[in-house]
Amino acid sequence: MKNHVITATLALTIGMSAPLVAHAQSAADQLQEYRAMLADGNPAELYEMEGEELWVKAMGPKNASLEKCDLGLGPGVVEGAAAQLPRYFADTGKVQDLESRLMTCMETLQGIPQAEVVKASFGKGVRQPMEAMVAYIVGQSKGMPIKVPASHPKEKEMVALGEKIFFLQGGPMDFSCASCHAVDGQRIRMQDLPNLTQKEGAAAGWGNWPAYRVSSGTFWTMQRRLNDCYRQQRMPFPIYGSDVTVALSIYMANKADGGEMNTPGLKR
Amino acid sequence: MKNQMMNRSVVLGAVLFGLSFGVSAQAVDPAVMAIMESSFRTQGIADKSRIYPDEIQVLCSDKAVLNSPEGQKKAIALQTAALAAIKPPSDGVYMGDWKAGEKVAQSGRGSTWKDSDKTVNGGGCYNCHQVTKAEISHGTIGPSLLGYGKLRGNSKEIVEYTWNRINNSKAYNACSNMPRMAHFKLLTEQQMKDVMALLLDPASPVNQ
Repeated sequence: MKNHVITATLALTIGMSAPLVAHAQSAADQLQEYRAMLADGNPAELYEMEGEELWVKAMGPKNASLEKCDLGLGPGVVEGAAAQLPRYFADTGKVQDLESRLMTCMETLQGIPQAEVVKASFGKGVRQPMEAMVAYIVGQSKGMPIKVPASHPKEKEMVALGEKIFFLQGGPMDFSCASCHAVDGQRIRMQDLPNLTQKEGAAAGWGNWPAYRVSSGTFWTMQRRLNDCYRQQRMPFPIYGSDVTVALSIYMANKADGGEMNTPGLKR
Repeated sequence: MKNQMMNRSVVLGAVLFGLSFGVSAQAVDPAVMAIMESSFRTQGIADKSRIYPDEIQVLCSDKAVLNSPEGQKKAIALQTAALAAIKPPSDGVYMGDWKAGEKVAQSGRGSTWKDSDKTVNGGGCYNCHQVTKAEISHGTIGPSLLGYGKLRGNSKEIVEYTWNRINNSKAYNACSNMPRMAHFKLLTEQQMKDVMALLLDPASPVNQ
């Protein structure tokens, strides 16, 4: 049903010149064209602008900004930081992705308890400003090479766990991440599926999320992307910023090492 | 389904702690299961016990084990057990209505935490398979089913094979990507009959 709507919207957007009965392959080409057209003005820019302001705004019980937050390249360094995440942080003793790291900074600098962020819903409450800051931060790595070599032993350990989790089947449909993302050139309905076990596919996946989603009209962080993957796998709810989500993230980012950050991306 | 999932977690518990059931026990890396346990929670109908894999899922999660001689032996044992557990239609009638079957094939709904236990599950066939010429929005993970009945006919053998495949695809390939539609009660008996008709009825658009 949703796919019908998208196909129809697509044909309309492209100007009715393409017949709706187009062959599957050319429909995929049209989707590509549609994305290219929209890429001139990615609505994620609105989130980026909001996030840039929020980054320096005093908030939370401690009435402080996140300007001194260390995203891995030193306190306050935002440029290029997202391209080198997830990584190991000595102060927490954990491998963290952007969102779990932001939770640490919000708690330590602003006094916002992590539990409050974890229990909020995507796009709501304390998550709303946080997601805008995610858009701003990943935008500050746009065009940079992904640099997640996983050289620290803790990072290596998380990559290895992430790989096993990637292939771990569960739920009433026997799905794992690998059910859809371990072979080149496959589709679910009209949606192309990147092969996340190879550098090219991993770079296409990791390097284009977080992204603005045209179908929902909202900005989706990587945590939200993973959350919805697990929903569709019919699995239970992955807790926000949990180890499984970080392990899968560093597995993908490490596979994508050397690829390009095109964030925030633009998706159907 | 929840009960079945609970039973599965009990089975997994036994597998994890090394009590074997004739076939040597294979366990998921305990470090992996530990972070799975701390990283998921129940939401709606998606019970947390769904993280615990059953024997087939454990085997199919590890390519190295699966491809070993012992893994292959286990795959065959699990396939045999899966085939033996399939029930023929209760009234002996295999064919339903292809029009209803097309609706089942189109719907990818059900069983997620946004669904309720009243949500009617779809078969999600088009997610992975080409089924009819008219529907161009189809996936490519599974083989094309275009002309399925026209190519194979509807001998007793083909009818039973198709029924079995829909009921539990793992009866023929332990690590088939296709969900076990009857084993986990994803589809009702009537829905499976309707999908049978979609594939095998000469009047179905699949066979035009």
